[in-house]
Amino acid sequence: MSGLEQRIQDAVRGQTQPTVTVLSSLLAVEDELGYIPKEAVEFVAGFSNATINDVWAVASFYPNFRFEPPAEHTVDVCWGASCHLVGAMSIFKSVLEVAGLDSEGDTLDKRLTVKFNSCLGACSQAPVMALDHHLAGRVNPESAAENVSRLLERDGHGP
Amino acid sequence: MVLSFVEIGLEADSRWQELTAGQRPWIRIGTALCGEAAGAFEVADALEMALADQSVSAEVSRVGCLGLCFAEPLLDVQLPGGHRVFYGNVDAESVSEIVSVHVAGGTPIVSKALGYLAEETSLAPPPEGIPDLKQHSMKARENRIALRNAGNIDPLDIYQYIANGGYQALYKSLTELNREETLEEVKASGLRGRGGAAFPTATKWSFLAGNAAADKYVLCNCEEGDPGAFNDKNILESDPNTLVEGVIIAGYATGANKGYIFIRHGHDGPIERCRAAINQARELGFLGENIMGSDFSYEIEIALTGDSYVAGEESALMEAIEGKRSMPRFRPPFPAQFGLFGKPTNINNVKTLSYVPEIVSKGGEWFSNIGHDTSTGTVILCLSGNLKYTGMIEVPLGMNLKDVIYDVAGGMKDGKVLKFLQTGGPLGGVLGADNIDVLLDFEVLRAAGAIVGSGGLIAADDSTCIVDLTRSLIAFCQYESCGKCFPCRMGMSHLLEVLERLCRLEGTPEDLALMQNIGVNMQAGSLCGHGQLGFNPVSSALRYFGPEFDTHINDHSCPTGTCLDSRYSPAASRR
Repeated sequence: MSGLEQRIQDAVRGQTQPTVTVLSSLLAVEDELGYIPKEAVEFVAGFSNATINDVWAVASFYPNFRFEPPAEHTVDVCWGASCHLVGAMSIFKSVLEVAGLDSEGDTLDKRLTVKFNSCLGACSQAPVMALDHHLAGRVNPESAAENVSRLLERDGHGP
Repeated sequence: MVLSFVEIGLEADSRWQELTAGQRPWIRIGTALCGEAAGAFEVADALEMALADQSVSAEVSRVGCLGLCFAEPLLDVQLPGGHRVFYGNVDAESVSEIVSVHVAGGTPIVSKALGYLAEETSLAPPPEGIPDLKQHSMKARENRIALRNAGNIDPLDIYQYIANGGYQALYKSLTELNREETLEEVKASGLRGRGGAAFPTATKWSFLAGNAAADKYVLCNCEEGDPGAFNDKNILESDPNTLVEGVIIAGYATGANKGYIFIRHGHDGPIERCRAAINQARELGFLGENIMGSDFSYEIEIALTGDSYVAGEESALMEAIEGKRSMPRFRPPFPAQFGLFGKPTNINNVKTLSYVPEIVSKGGEWFSNIGHDTSTGTVILCLSGNLKYTGMIEVPLGMNLKDVIYDVAGGMKDGKVLKFLQTGGPLGGVLGADNIDVLLDFEVLRAAGAIVGSGGLIAADDSTCIVDLTRSLIAFCQYESCGKCFPCRMGMSHLLEVLERLCRLEGTPEDLALMQNIGVNMQAGSLCGHGQLGFNPVSSALRYFGPEFDTHINDHSCPTGTCLDSRYSPAASRR
């Protein structure tokens, strides 16, 4: 068994809550690996007594799942109405420029993923972004770009 | 061995006494999502460092949100036996000064203090020259019931909750009231669901209580995806024990044997604090077999969902807990007959259940005397947008919406003028500035074309384009449509196309009728509220701002000149 398969199995079998489902198993894999490889879809199907089709149906439905390894860092920019009102579009523009991207996605060197988030839950501090899942509020185009640059100076996966 | 509830209460009181009037100062710092976004974790680290550097001994607690999000990072210092003195917008530098001058030196920094809150048991005179925070406009009209502990206690310490009256309600239910009498209290309170539909909670509970099945479930819905609303997550972060106690009492009153708390994966603060509250309740014997020595046995589990707004719809929520795509079910059968895993089930929102402990403690009649008409109790509002004060407040229902904006929230920032309010989440509606002289009442607000909904209140100033904001709301609804019903799936996409056309100033006069047509079909042909209410943002915008749409279409111009900026349309990349 490969190291990847071992990690998948440990994550799925290691769930401690009483209600274990296809979705909970996929979330456990995502927590462990940051993505859902095809080996995980296959293992979760066997483990849950479901078809690969069933598992893929769930995995492809929820946009938090991705199917290739994540980049080193992730930046989420909120586009909820509260953030939109106070300049989210200008934050996107500035973050995408620093990242060298046209829209959300990974940079070619796999150092950064930029995601559009429908609400990060800190609307009173809009506009909000998240740097490796750590929230930063009341940003402006300049501070948002600085935040991304600073994040990229760090190695590996953030907190 | 498990202590009796009375013994636990004595222990909690003694620990609380030590915190508020013991030997060491107590510093509390707000670290809910709003605090985190303002830099509270960095400030908390700086605080620990300043205390170590200056060799000052103090108790530091990371608490939830006091509601004054505009002032975050927010921390307060309580010297032994004294009152709480708050400092707003603190940073690493000011923390160091607060530690040396106030915590070590014993003198509040009057020039920097935001205000003070009196400690009820303290005999000390109020700090001189510092305003009473209770008189602040964001606090003066509050009546905190569900949020009574938010920002005051450490959410990870169940003893602090118990010292402030926590679990008295469960104890009362189990020792003084039976299941029917507990339900009667909730009925007498007039409590209505705070998730959006405002259905009477006791009526819902009675459907489940009347079902004699052996396995019955209570589900608590914290799938809070609404942009502009953060009160559910905030309760979980600030006072998860209130919710857990509410879920236990709901289980007792309805005769259920298991509760589920449903949260979106990735919201780690709310999840971790809720998990701690459940584990600590179990350790003290408030969950498990024979709770508090009664014949009532009950368990609570946290169930996580992937990103999906529709998972907050009650039947889609059950699908997600079962591990499937969160798509709504056909009804009937209703959840009270055939719910989670086919068992009878009751579903309530976080806020609804968080009221229950106080209702049982103080009696349903007490609660029913707060509020307006059949809208009893309070409403928890999340204030965001271009307001002077953003934050979260709990005010009695029946308050005038105009007062919330101009009195409580201080009006608009930077001397700008209010253009409209967007209320109740993306499926709610907008209200023009001239139409906000309405009462916060479920029926009154609905008649005005808006809803209380989740409690989100987004205020937009006159630099905002209504067409652009409507496009943003529909982009959200389109992105979040689960796809089960084609009138919603295709209707949302089609509406978004039309609105994008209007934003590009390329709309035609036929577009308004086209949107109307799509909206009617969505309402008629969708299984859940997402499609049924999904036209609300458009219809309410047209109702109050029809001429502005006309200008976009007929004159090919945008009065505020802002709608051409919207080219980073996130939904466009998902279609």
